[in-house]
Amino acid sequence: MALLQIVEPGESAAPHEHRLAVGIDLGTTNSLVATVRSGLAVVLRDELGRPLLPSVVRYLADGSSEVGYEAQAGQALDPRNTIGSVKRFMGRGIADIAGREAMPYVFDDAPGMLRIDTAGGLKSPVEVSADILRTLRLRAEASLGGALLGAVITVPAYFDEAQRQATKDAAKLAGLPVLRLLNEPTAAAIAYGLDNSAEGIYAVYDLGGGTFDISILKLSRGIFEVLATGGDSALGGDDFDHRIFCWILEAAKLRPLSVEDASVLLARAREAKEYLTCHGVAPISGRLNSGEVVDLQLSTEIFAEITQTLVAKTMQPVKKALRDAGLSVSDVKGVVMVGGSTRMPQVQRAVGKFFRQDPLNNLDPDKVVALGAATQANLLAGNRAAGDDWLLLDVIPLSLGLETMGGLVEKIIPRNSTIPTARAQEFTTFRDGQTALAIQVVQGERELVSDCRSLARFELRGIPPLVAGAARIRVSFQVDADGLLAVSAREQTSGVEASIVVKPSYGLSDDEIATMLKDSLAHVKDDALQRALKESQVDARRLLEAVRAALAADADLLAADERARVDSDIARLESAALADNRRQIMLAMDDLEADTKDFAARRMDKSIRRAFAGRHINELEGDSVAAKTGEVA
Amino acid sequence: MDFNSDHFSLFELPPTFRMDAALLDGRYLEMQSRVHPDRFASAGKADRRLSLQWATRVNEAYQTLKKPLSRASYLLHLADHDLGSENNAAMPADFLVEQMEWREAVAEARTAGEHHELEHLHHRLQREIGERYDELAVLLDDRRDLEQAADRLRRLMFIEKLLIEIDDAMVACEE
Repeated sequence: MALLQIVEPGESAAPHEHRLAVGIDLGTTNSLVATVRSGLAVVLRDELGRPLLPSVVRYLADGSSEVGYEAQAGQALDPRNTIGSVKRFMGRGIADIAGREAMPYVFDDAPGMLRIDTAGGLKSPVEVSADILRTLRLRAEASLGGALLGAVITVPAYFDEAQRQATKDAAKLAGLPVLRLLNEPTAAAIAYGLDNSAEGIYAVYDLGGGTFDISILKLSRGIFEVLATGGDSALGGDDFDHRIFCWILEAAKLRPLSVEDASVLLARAREAKEYLTCHGVAPISGRLNSGEVVDLQLSTEIFAEITQTLVAKTMQPVKKALRDAGLSVSDVKGVVMVGGSTRMPQVQRAVGKFFRQDPLNNLDPDKVVALGAATQANLLAGNRAAGDDWLLLDVIPLSLGLETMGGLVEKIIPRNSTIPTARAQEFTTFRDGQTALAIQVVQGERELVSDCRSLARFELRGIPPLVAGAARIRVSFQVDADGLLAVSAREQTSGVEASIVVKPSYGLSDDEIATMLKDSLAHVKDDALQRALKESQVDARRLLEAVRAALAADADLLAADERARVDSDIARLESAALADNRRQIMLAMDDLEADTKDFAARRMDKSIRRAFAGRHINELEGDSVAAKTGEVA
Repeated sequence: MDFNSDHFSLFELPPTFRMDAALLDGRYLEMQSRVHPDRFASAGKADRRLSLQWATRVNEAYQTLKKPLSRASYLLHLADHDLGSENNAAMPADFLVEQMEWREAVAEARTAGEHHELEHLHHRLQREIGERYDELAVLLDDRRDLEQAADRLRRLMFIEKLLIEIDDAMVACEE
């Protein structure tokens, strides 16, 4: 595939060691870790050769935990302490969880995010996810033989701010440096697009265990541009299982079930669903603890009928995303199917019918997201080979705004804005002499604050007392490449300022994470201090490499005295990185960062000035050349 | 190139309303492929911060220039010409009457669930918008009549809102 040339001459001159980077699909039902080996993305397997890790964690009374198949085996036995589908709880309060009465867990309504009361103590969804991520990290380290530079972790495109932040916190808790949070359908598009040299408009239909995403992408010359995205972060295979479960209860006329029996039946329901992928009828049988016997046959017709509304529910976001992208069905060249739940024949049929074409199923729907993430991780870690290059342009799924008078939402950044993005808006006071202003940040599409998700609340104080409407308060939103938001407010006439990384109101504070980290150490065979040291050594080497490459390319941008300072910083960091004092490494890194700050800015300017230098050739290839301007000054 | 230069200079395009969309797309991607945070994911803090600022800046410029209405507003802004208020009082009566008739037609079709009629209205309106863009291009690029251009732009903003209303009505019919 023809790709954009972005490496400056000389920049890639120095060959460097291969940096260890992985892609992680942290799924509702299963999780995977993958990496790029000899140019090929591969899923890393456990010691028994199994690629998947069931996203299930069991907490035991002695403080230990089991993760994966082992925990899954204990699910029917010990449902209260065995947490599955924890992804549905990420960044959520109790009130957000539909059908929680039917779940075997004992929930605790902590402010912001719920907790689950287990034999091993109260667990936040972040901790449970961290246990899954830690298992994957250890698998990757054992398999690759070293500390990881970082990971790309995938999240549903429709995940909101709270769910994304919770995922990032989980990675932090698991000792996993995050290179990027990547949207799952986008990851799948990378895997598919690069494999098939695809060009044109593609839809990615991603129905996982607990989440649904639809993304519309434009693929052209190495650019993956997300035009629109939509979905439902509480709709997935679990809901299909639940429909079968309800059907069993009714058809077998069962009395109210114990949590153990419910757990067994739910497992039977899931097995029946999977069986129906390639059979016309699934037998469902078993004896319950209550003595009751279940012996039923579920046909594909009945299954399709009882899940019809669920399938229909996925089509609304599909229509909306197409509309947002300004496209119609006939513009879509291919529909890529992702997620284990797209194996259900009724889903395949519905998607095929809507898009008037057969969906693309040539990639393993369970693995494609992890493989795409690994490919992106490899690129972000700087391992790309010459000419092997692409660019992702993703969007935010939900609008971000502020509460204004009367509980109304003023949208600041509309959904489907390409990230990173920033936007500022001016507000004013409504009372004479008002000296403080409460700022409520919300996410969602509705006009009333009460219908949107509240992300954070903070106050700007010390506004000079003026008549109503005289103060000018500028509120700025910045969304980074992970889709995470930072908000700041500034009164323009006085310069009073307040800012917040949108987090504390719903997520975990850094202190809470530090406490959890300490708590987990007692039970995890993982020396945190040793890890932290290793991490800083990896960081130091990464920084040294980046600075050396920069010096090789643009030494002329540094004055002699600046160069001397940088050289001495490099020498100091080099020797610090060899010793075992983490503090010394951090200090030496700070110094080098500080002394190369201006250099970085000059290099960026130079790169931008060169942006159009080679354009005549590029534009002549296309036939769009109209203006012919001279060399950039 | 200066971080604070205007959006047209950023992409080295002439500050005109008429725009070669393919050229703008190409320059945007070229620029973004140099400054995007994914290019600096394993770089130092300073590089990462600069990259975030630049990528944000490039996205803002592209979004502003891509859509005709925001491009026109931006041209007026660059010329220090106040767009003026968007309220009805500033609009001539015949235009407002015309708009009212359009809205009635949309509401009628919506109530009756006439999807075809809405589609027809949509196409008619889009044709009209196209003609008005041509008019705006003459005013902004050829005659440099900013006063008239601002007036036409205000009308177009009205019409654009009407188009959204029609789209919403079509969605309501589908559901």
